[in-house]
Order: sequence, then C-alpha cells, then structure tokens
Amino acid sequence: MSEVAAIDRPDENRQEIESAVVRFAGDSGDGMQLTGSQFTMTAAISGNDLATFPDFPAEIRAPAGTTFGVSAFQINFGARKIMTSGDQLDVLVVMNPAALITNLEDVKPGGIVIADSGAFTDRNLAKAGYEENPLDNDSLEGYRLVKIDMSRLTVEAVKEFGLSNKEALRSKNMWALGLIYWMYGRKREASVDWLKSKFAKNPEIADANIAALNAGHAFGETAEMPAELGTFEVETADISPGVYRTITGAESVSLGLLAGSQLAGLNISFCSYPITPASALLHHLARMKDFGVITFQAEDEIAAAAAALGASYAGSLGITSSSGPGIALKMEAIGLAIGTELPMVIVNSQRAGPSTGLPTKTEQSDLYQAVFGRNADAPMPVISVSTPSDGYDVAIEAIRIATKYMTPVMVLTDGYITNASEPWLIPDPSTYDRFDVTFRTDPENFQPFMRDDTTLARPWVKPGTPEMMHRIGGIERSYDTGHISYDPANHQKMTDVRAAKVNGIANDIPEQEVAVGAAGGKLAVVGWGSTYGPINRAVANLRDEGLDVSQIHLRYIWPLPRNLGELLHSYDQVLVAEMNTGQLRTLLRSEYLVPAEGLNKVNGKPFLIAELEDAIRARLEN
Amino acid sequence: MNVQSPPEKLTARDYATDQEVRWCPGCGDYAILKAVQNTLAELQADPKNTVFVSGIGCAARFPYYMETYGFHTIHGRSPAVATGVKLSNPDLDVWVVGGDGDMLSIGGNHTMHAIRRNVDVQLLLFNNQIYGLTKGQYSPTSKIGTKSPSTPLGSIDNPVSAAQFALGVGGTFIARSTDIMQKHLSGVLKRAHGHRGTSFVEIFQNCIVYNDGVFKRFTEKSVQAEMQIHVEHGQPLLFGKDKDKGLILNKDEMRLEAVTLGENGITEADIAVHDETNRSLATMLAQMDPPTMPVALGVLYCEAAPTYEASVHAQIDHARKDGEGDLAKLLHRGQTWTVE
Ligand SMILES: Cc1ncc(C[n+]2csc(CCOP(=O)(O)OP(=O)(O)O)c2C)c(N)n1
Ligand code: SF4
Ligand SMILES: [Mg+2]
Repeated sequence: MSEVAAIDRPDENRQEIESAVVRFAGDSGDGMQLTGSQFTMTAAISGNDLATFPDFPAEIRAPAGTTFGVSAFQINFGARKIMTSGDQLDVLVVMNPAALITNLEDVKPGGIVIADSGAFTDRNLAKAGYEENPLDNDSLEGYRLVKIDMSRLTVEAVKEFGLSNKEALRSKNMWALGLIYWMYGRKREASVDWLKSKFAKNPEIADANIAALNAGHAFGETAEMPAELGTFEVETADISPGVYRTITGAESVSLGLLAGSQLAGLNISFCSYPITPASALLHHLARMKDFGVITFQAEDEIAAAAAALGASYAGSLGITSSSGPGIALKMEAIGLAIGTELPMVIVNSQRAGPSTGLPTKTEQSDLYQAVFGRNADAPMPVISVSTPSDGYDVAIEAIRIATKYMTPVMVLTDGYITNASEPWLIPDPSTYDRFDVTFRTDPENFQPFMRDDTTLARPWVKPGTPEMMHRIGGIERSYDTGHISYDPANHQKMTDVRAAKVNGIANDIPEQEVAVGAAGGKLAVVGWGSTYGPINRAVANLRDEGLDVSQIHLRYIWPLPRNLGELLHSYDQVLVAEMNTGQLRTLLRSEYLVPAEGLNKVNGKPFLIAELEDAIRARLEN
Repeated sequence: MNVQSPPEKLTARDYATDQEVRWCPGCGDYAILKAVQNTLAELQADPKNTVFVSGIGCAARFPYYMETYGFHTIHGRSPAVATGVKLSNPDLDVWVVGGDGDMLSIGGNHTMHAIRRNVDVQLLLFNNQIYGLTKGQYSPTSKIGTKSPSTPLGSIDNPVSAAQFALGVGGTFIARSTDIMQKHLSGVLKRAHGHRGTSFVEIFQNCIVYNDGVFKRFTEKSVQAEMQIHVEHGQPLLFGKDKDKGLILNKDEMRLEAVTLGENGITEADIAVHDETNRSLATMLAQMDPPTMPVALGVLYCEAAPTYEASVHAQIDHARKDGEGDLAKLLHRGQTWTVE
C-alpha cells in the first residue's frame, strides 16, 4: 500500500493563524507522549518556533481509565517566537473521559475539543466520575465539540494487518495525530519514517500505525469531518539558520555538564540518588560512558554528595544532583565543600514541597534553601536555568565558577524545565572558551589554604602529587596552612575570606541586562528560572500596547550581579514574579532595600501570560 | 612537609606529622596510630599515594597525624567520601578510619554499602563501645546495661556486632585485633592492605576516660590466653596458654564448641581447622564471646572478588574501546533539522 495514502492537497480555505496550542490527552497507555513528540518534530521541520510541556501521571502504572492515570502533552507552535507552552488550549484531543474531565478547564472558550467517542463507555465514564456522557448532553456547549469514534475507525483502518483488537487500538494515537496533521496542513513523512525505524523489527506494527495515521488524515480530507472545525495554516517563524534539535532541560543540563568538564579538562564523577524529577540527569549521564563519565548511584543523597566531594578531592569534578528533599540531605556535605574549598556542582531540580509535596509538579521554592539553607555562615554561588535549552550554558558556567573559585556551586532548575522541550540551535562546542584547571604540583612554599590574590581561591592539589601531602577537613582551618585552628580571630578571618571570595564572583559575571524594555521606567518585572518565557511574552505584549514595563531576568542568584541594585532602583515599581511565596523578593529587598512586590503562585503550574498581563496592568493603571 | 622521597627507606616516624596528637593520655588510639605507622613503614607505602579519610569522633582525628594525604570529613560519611575518591582515582591507597558511632550508627548505611560494593579501601573501625568525642554516651556497640550520661540507668538496646554486620552484608575481608597487640595488629593491617576490596578491620580500642576496661574480659594479661583465639588460615583453632584448648564444630547443632584436648577423648584431629574462605565458619567465630567462648582475633574471612571501582572503570573502558565520545556528534544525536 502507498505510505501516504491521501494526497496532501493545498487547501485554499485554510485560516492563517499566528500560533496554536494543542494538547493530546489520554490514558498512560494511549501513547500521548509519542504523539506529542511526533507533532513537535513535524512542527519544527515545518519551520515553526515552539515550546512543549509533557504532563505525566505521578503513579507509575495507574489503573486504565482513571483520572490519575491521564498523561498529556502540550505544544505551542507558531509563526512567531514562542515563549511558553501556551496559556490556554486551542485544541484538546482526548482519548477517554478521564482525559476530558482533567483537561477541559484549560481549553479556551470556544476552543476545539476532539473526543474519541468510542472510549466514552459506561465503564470509562464511571471511572472518570461522569454520571452522564458529556458528549451527549449540553455540558460542552461552550466549546466546538467533535465526536469521532477513533477507536472503531482505527480498528477498521488496520484490519488488514491481522492484529488483535487490543493491538489494533494501540494505533489510535496515530489516527488522532493524522487528523491533527490534516487540520494544520502538516506533512506526514517524518512520522512515517520514524514509525518505520522505530518498528523496524515489527514491520506489521509499523504498517498498522502508518495506516492509522493515514486514515486519520484521510478522515479529515474526505469531508467526513464536520465543516465547522476548520483547517489552519501556521506560517514558518523567523528563525536563525542552522541545525536544530529539540532539547529538554534535563538533556541540556546533562550535555552542559559534559561540555563544561571538557572545557575544564576534567573527568566527571556524577553521584546521585534517584528522585523525581532529577533522575533524568542520572539516566542521561549514565549513557555517556564513552566520554569517561563516571556515574554512581549512591545509597542515599548524603552518600551521593559525599562521594562527589571525595571525587573532587581526588581531582575529578564531583557533581551531585537531586530535588528539594534530597538537596536537604546533602547540605552537610555541601558545608564541608565550602569549608574545605573544593569544587563541586549540585544540580537541584526543584519541585513542590515541603517534604514530598507534589513530586511531579513544578515550583521555584528552593531559592532560600540554595542561598541560605546551611548551618553557619556558608556562602555558595547559585545560578539558575531559565529555559529548557539554557541548561547547557548554565551548567558550563557552574563548572567554570566552581573550578576557578574552588567552591561548590548550586544550579537551580525545576520540574517544568526538566521535562519541557524547545528547539535548540545546536552549538559548536569548539567555539566555547576553555577554562582548563591547573592542579598545583609545585611544593615550593606550598600551603593548602594560601589563596590566589584575585580570586581568593586556594590551590587544588591531587592526592598522588609528590611532596605535597597535607590534611584538610571540616574543623576550622588556619589561614594559609590549613592546620586545625580553634583560634577565634582566625575563624573571623576565615569566615570573612570565604564570604569575600564568593562575593567577588560578582566581578566575574556579566552585569545584569534588561531582557525586554529599558533601564529605568515605571515598572520592572523581575524573574528567575522557568518564569522567563511567560514574563517575556507578557512584557513584550504590553510594551506593544504602549505600557512602560520592562523585564529583568536573573541567571545569577548568588552573588547577584554587581549593577542589580542600581538597576532595580531605576524603576518606580519592582514586581517579582515567582512560583513560590516570595523568596527572590525577600532577597532583593534585603540586599537592596527596594520596595519590591511579589506576584506569587504555587499551584504546580507555570505562570500564564494572561495572569502576568493582568498583574502588570493592575500596577500601571493606578 | 618533612618527608624524604624514596628510594631512601622510610621509617615509622616519616609517616608522622608535626601536629600535636590530642587524644587523652592513655587512649588506645595512640597505640593504633603507632601500629599503623609501623605497618606503613614495613610496607614502605608511598606517602604521596596514601590517603586517610575519616568521619568525626576521637578516632576520626587520625588523618591529622599521618604524613600522607588526609581528609577529615563529616560524621558517618567517610565510607561514601572514600568511595568517591576511589572512583575518581583507583590508584590511590585509601584507608578509612572511624569510631563505632561514626561507622555503625550515623554512618552504618554507608559502611554497609561500601562493604557490599567491595570498594578497595582499608576500613578501620576503632571500637571503644562508646562515644568518646561527645563525652561518653553509649554507642550501638555498647553492651546492654552500659551506664552513660544518656543512659543513667543503663542502656537497654541490643548492641550490634561489627564483624557479624560486615560478614552479613557480604564483606570480602573481615578481621579483628586490639589496640594493645602491636604485632598482631600490624599483621592484620598488612593482610588488610594486601586484600583487594573492602578490608574491614575491627580494632577493640580502650577509651580510658569513658569506658575504661570494657574489653578487659579478654584483653587483660591474665585472661588473654584463655579468652582469645588467634585464627590463622589452614591452622587448627587452638587456644589457651598451652594450646590445649580448641574449637570443634558440633555438626548436629551447627555451632562451635570450646573443648580441652585430652578431655572426653578429644584429640587434635577433632579440632576444626580455620578456613578463611568459609563465611559460615567466620560468622560462628565472630559470634563467640567470653566467658563461655574466647574472642576470635585475626583474619576471620577473606575472599577474592572484583572491586567496585575496577568494575566501574571496566565498563567505561569497554564503552571507549572504539574511541572516545565526540561531543559535537552527541549534540546532534537523534532527530535534527536545518533552518536555511
Ligand atoms: C552530624 C553530626 N551529628 C553529631 C555529631 C557529634 N558527634 C561527633 S563524634 C560523635 C560520636 C563519636 O563516637 P565514635 O564514632 O564512636 O568515635 P569515638 O569518639 O568514640 O572515637 C558524635 C555524636 C557530629 N559531629 N555531627
Ligand atoms: S575520650 Fe576516650 S577515645 Fe576519646 S581520646 Fe579520650 S580516651 Fe581516647
Ligand atoms: Mg567510639
């Protein structure tokens, strides 16, 4: 049979739109993540800019048909720069009643809801908590509802391959994908190729999926589709030329750690203990053995941090990674890294807390923990990741700072960035400046805590180096010699120099820039981390309307950029938008005495552009 | 920095730092320090490749007194730190030192995992059955009834046997000695050093200030011969001043019994022979305690097994056999597209 059965005819009546937000939602077993990533790839190849967000259930094998077993994948794609995975859905595709009930509230008024009516059985309706079938009453009146028995149509489409009913139904995600491809005038070739390679060992499965994809597409084409649904055209976006891939935050941080270690000329010892959403880093790095990357799944987070520090002590780059609760366990070891002044990178993939909190939901509530969360005066640099691809450069920067200043550095990312993806213009690693580490090997006048005049960093000496044997440890060290010292005056001096060293990093990082807008004016919206996208779009939209608002987005959380105080004071108002109850706001107020106000939320979901716009308007209109 | 470099022969003193040793006068730790320094001199261990890693406690001050590399870390975590050191540089000769609280209470988990992974380190547990540094609270190895500031009426929880613990989690080398037996201890340390994998050595150490004499039931001169059995691979399990006592295996009850040669028709042929590759025998030996049985000292168990870090590096070497990874290629892995 021909691979792409229906012809992609140009459709004169396609409505041109600037961008669209589509979410595929279904049962964990319905293949929604695959469907979403295929749609993403095709949108990217079509030249759109895009951002995606997968939403997995917290339970591993939730019972089929239940609300807590719903898996969803959202994509925002457009002919303009896309900054978020989208506030509200233009199109929601649901494969069962549970997917409808859990996702409907995100559909914009009048948005399209496409439902597999074949899956709206009494049993599934009951599992989702519906008393009557919402497809048959007027409960979906405010939406453009399209009921299609995708289950039956899929089974029919793949009949010729002799699959069981259950196997046949596995292709219904491809049927839905075919239909959405038709709606947006998308080519199917990339997905056909992908199916063929994915199921190379089971050609009949590949053929069945391709047949389902084509059948969904043909269903739209052959006017079996209700006319009111419409077809759309999303033009190509203005994107810098080059070779692209999609990248998630977990991938970018992992790759950045590898790249950074190469720039430093060090081997990585990555020590971690599984925890959502941080585990993805361990999984990625565990597959980089051909780069000499050592990964160690420790017995707990304490051991992971301790082993990473041991690895740094021995002369490789110790990295540890976790999420909030695990980071709490690592703190004593991080304190030792601060005291013994050894480099180390700690990646914190934040999630909602306290305690276990909401493991799969995103939050930015570990800023206090990162900056302040240790016993005693224990300063440590903290930098943050703003977008899924940003992790690459941030991880490199963390390694640069850690090795240059002989200090642990914490990288803050979050559950949203870790799982979300965006297109990435693949960088050329050879264009990055190297920062090779030099280990001290000269015993002449060597003292373990004698500092570099400018960086205040102590020398890094690998055990194994002749004639430089020395001891370091957690008890306060004498200035220069590093011997145990209980002298109070020495402790004052050491506390001061540890702080001065970390504060001095402010001279070695870029000055804070204004992301959108200008220095000075009525209002600055300040953010950090994954709020970059929505703040950026909201501020840009309102500036287009003529409002005097600017965006300031921080990468460096500690030390803060040297010009930040002055910059913040140049605005009448400062609004700090973050997914916590006001942690950066407190830091900025205490550091700069600016009357910063907060826009805060912790409902497990990223900011919507609309809620930011409302908040900005409210401040500029009175 | 007062170390001469080889080939000059190093003496025990070359392994000592210029730092003042700060244990209480009469503490058993002094004798252990001396035994370790003597052993390193006998081995002519290269100070630059030797690393002492410790946690927190009196025992854990050890690295400051060794003219080698040393890392005094945090309470209980030294086995984990040492694991990182060995992963990073398997060529280093790593000794891990800690007390019973450090390694079996707060750090029990790490001790277990280092041992079961068989990380190639010498793990020296200074067991004084008390928390010395924090001024004498009972520890997880304290006998029931130990009176201490935190247990004024006597402790009530069961102690753990360090050697049985190490055997139970799959240790490949388990040995015991005491602080005051310089020669014996040095022999055990040499065996430990020679073993590839985690060499777990429990050293009974007297805390003269907070737990003086807890081990005297088998360390006191007058009872030593009767209350200690020094096990040696391939040798009959004999003890007593005249080597007239021994252990036999009661096969019906699967336990060791102490017997006297010549009594009840027992001859030397009946005496069990020590087989340090037999984990069951080692476990039975580790269980013995005065007054009914002597304490077993020496190498209770030793088995050749791959070390953790060697296996980790073998996987890496295998992954690199067709050449080192190429970052630019890795960045392009998977589906890519070109924007003109
Ligand atoms: C996290 C932490 N908890 C508690 C302590 C206090 N502390 C230091 S050493 C120690 C116990 C020491 O006992 P042991 O390990 O048996 O060593 P010893 O002093 O007997 O040689 C304790 C509880 C600490 N330093 N750190
Ligand atoms: S308290 Fe006990 S263990 Fe600690 S130094 Fe004094 S005698 Fe030794
Ligand atoms: Mg103790």
